[in-house]
Amino acid sequence: MRALNSLSPNGESFISLKNVRKVYRTRTEEFEAIQSISIEVAAGELVSIVGPSGCGKSTLLKVLAGLHPHDGGEVRIGSTNDPFDPARDIGMVFQQPLLLKWRRIRENVLLPAEILGLPRKASRERANDLLQMVGLGGFEESYPYELSGGMQQRAAIARALIHDPKLILMDEPFGALDALTRERMNLELLRIWVESKKTILFVTHGIQEAVFLGSHVAVMTAGPARLAEYIEIHLPETRNLDVKTHEDFGSYTRRIYALLDLR
Amino acid sequence: MSAAAWRKITIAVTVHLAFVAIWWIAVIVGDVPEYILPTPWLALTTLGEPNYNWARHFAATTQEVFGGYILATVVGVTFAVLFTWSRRLDEALMPLLITLNMIPKVAMAPLFIVWLRFGIQTNIVITFTICFFPILLNTARGLREVEPELLDLVRSLKGNRWQIFTKIQLPGALPYIFSGMKVATVLAVAGAIVGEFIQSDRGLGWFMLVTQEALNTDAMVMALLLVTLIGIALYGAVIALERAFVVKDARVE
Ligand SMILES: Nc1ncnc2c1ncn2[C@@H]1O[C@H](COP(=O)(O)OP(=O)(O)O)[C@@H](O)[C@H]1O
Ligand SMILES: [Mg+2]
Repeated sequence: MRALNSLSPNGESFISLKNVRKVYRTRTEEFEAIQSISIEVAAGELVSIVGPSGCGKSTLLKVLAGLHPHDGGEVRIGSTNDPFDPARDIGMVFQQPLLLKWRRIRENVLLPAEILGLPRKASRERANDLLQMVGLGGFEESYPYELSGGMQQRAAIARALIHDPKLILMDEPFGALDALTRERMNLELLRIWVESKKTILFVTHGIQEAVFLGSHVAVMTAGPARLAEYIEIHLPETRNLDVKTHEDFGSYTRRIYALLDLR
Repeated sequence: MSAAAWRKITIAVTVHLAFVAIWWIAVIVGDVPEYILPTPWLALTTLGEPNYNWARHFAATTQEVFGGYILATVVGVTFAVLFTWSRRLDEALMPLLITLNMIPKVAMAPLFIVWLRFGIQTNIVITFTICFFPILLNTARGLREVEPELLDLVRSLKGNRWQIFTKIQLPGALPYIFSGMKVATVLAVAGAIVGEFIQSDRGLGWFMLVTQEALNTDAMVMALLLVTLIGIALYGAVIALERAFVVKDARVE
């Protein structure tokens, strides 16, 4: 498996968040969705984010996606060697596949390419390749309703990759799947991550899942919403199901349970 | 076509034929006088009566139904689109439109005659006013019903409003547009006929009033069948369009 290029040659991380704060404002009141979060993510890293509902995980992803401005601190994505284009370098996957019912799977995968105005023919070929990669070869012409939930989510992952973004933001992408499908998707995601060499931020409610997938786990707590700890996960580089019985796996999960007051 | 589809069609046709048969038998067995209810055959034979001018009446009603209906679809969808594009317009006009919708459209007919004078155009407008609202409301609802996260996805790619509209909102609203259109088919036929009852010199509704005076029930029944036929043709056309443009899973039942 590919070694993590933890920092770019001149020592810059790919994502750098310093004391990021986010406040939602309505006409009458303010709500502090994120009090403070600071993390550094290297290019090509898969970082898990765990925390209770409402602790600002989705908000953090939206700030990174440029959908909301932040209200304090510093957000930097990309480095001198690895520039980041906010329009082209974000891929998003949500809990629901959100495929367009009226489009065939390939056309669904092509949506970001259309929005960005990428060359049609090359994109189509890339879509075919990506569908192969996520295990949906042969389903290019199917409609979403003909696919199971897990397959639809694979298509959503292919869609997030079509424009070859540098950063993939995943918001509880397997949260709606049954336990077995979820396990399988975890392994698939690892394979896709290795193949595609993307930087991935992966929000989840599953503590085991977070440790299993991430090279770091950002543990967030609610009230006030902030980063509790940014844990580096030292587990075998090649993640497979054996990792789950590794003795360190248990200690990492216990530590996170403790941080979340779940003992 | 699949075996299941054929089965459905066979059952539907059989039930329709059975209905006609029961009608026929009931009239004969019950010895029902012709002026109360003619047999289906007797009603059908009135088509051979040249004085009845069927083609002229059929054409008039068809024009009113289709004219008013198509107008309502175009204007209804256009208004709904404008409302989703301009929130101000929506806030300003929607309450007024809901109030206007409360006016019984049939009660407007005498005024329409004053404004638009006697003729087919008045019945087209009556049909239009009845069909307009369900199409407008359904379309507006369909255009509004977009997953917020899908919008996030498009916005993260710096997609513009036009792209959101053409790639997500409008195709997403299509099943709702058809849903409104289906509701409006029944209203369209009713609107045209009521219009003819109130003012006209032709059309199947007007013809029914005239033949009623002479108690030609067979012709009245035939006119009713033809009106129904126009409704079925309209509904069939809408269903065919829906099949062509809306993916099975996305259809609103
Ligand atoms: N657009 C918004 N306007 C106001 N408050 C919001 C908005 N989005 C989220 N919030 C609030 O911010 C908090 C964090 O939300 P979110 O980031 O979705 O949490 P998480 O994804 O961790 O469950 C919640 O209390 C939520 O109600
Ligand atoms: Mg969330």
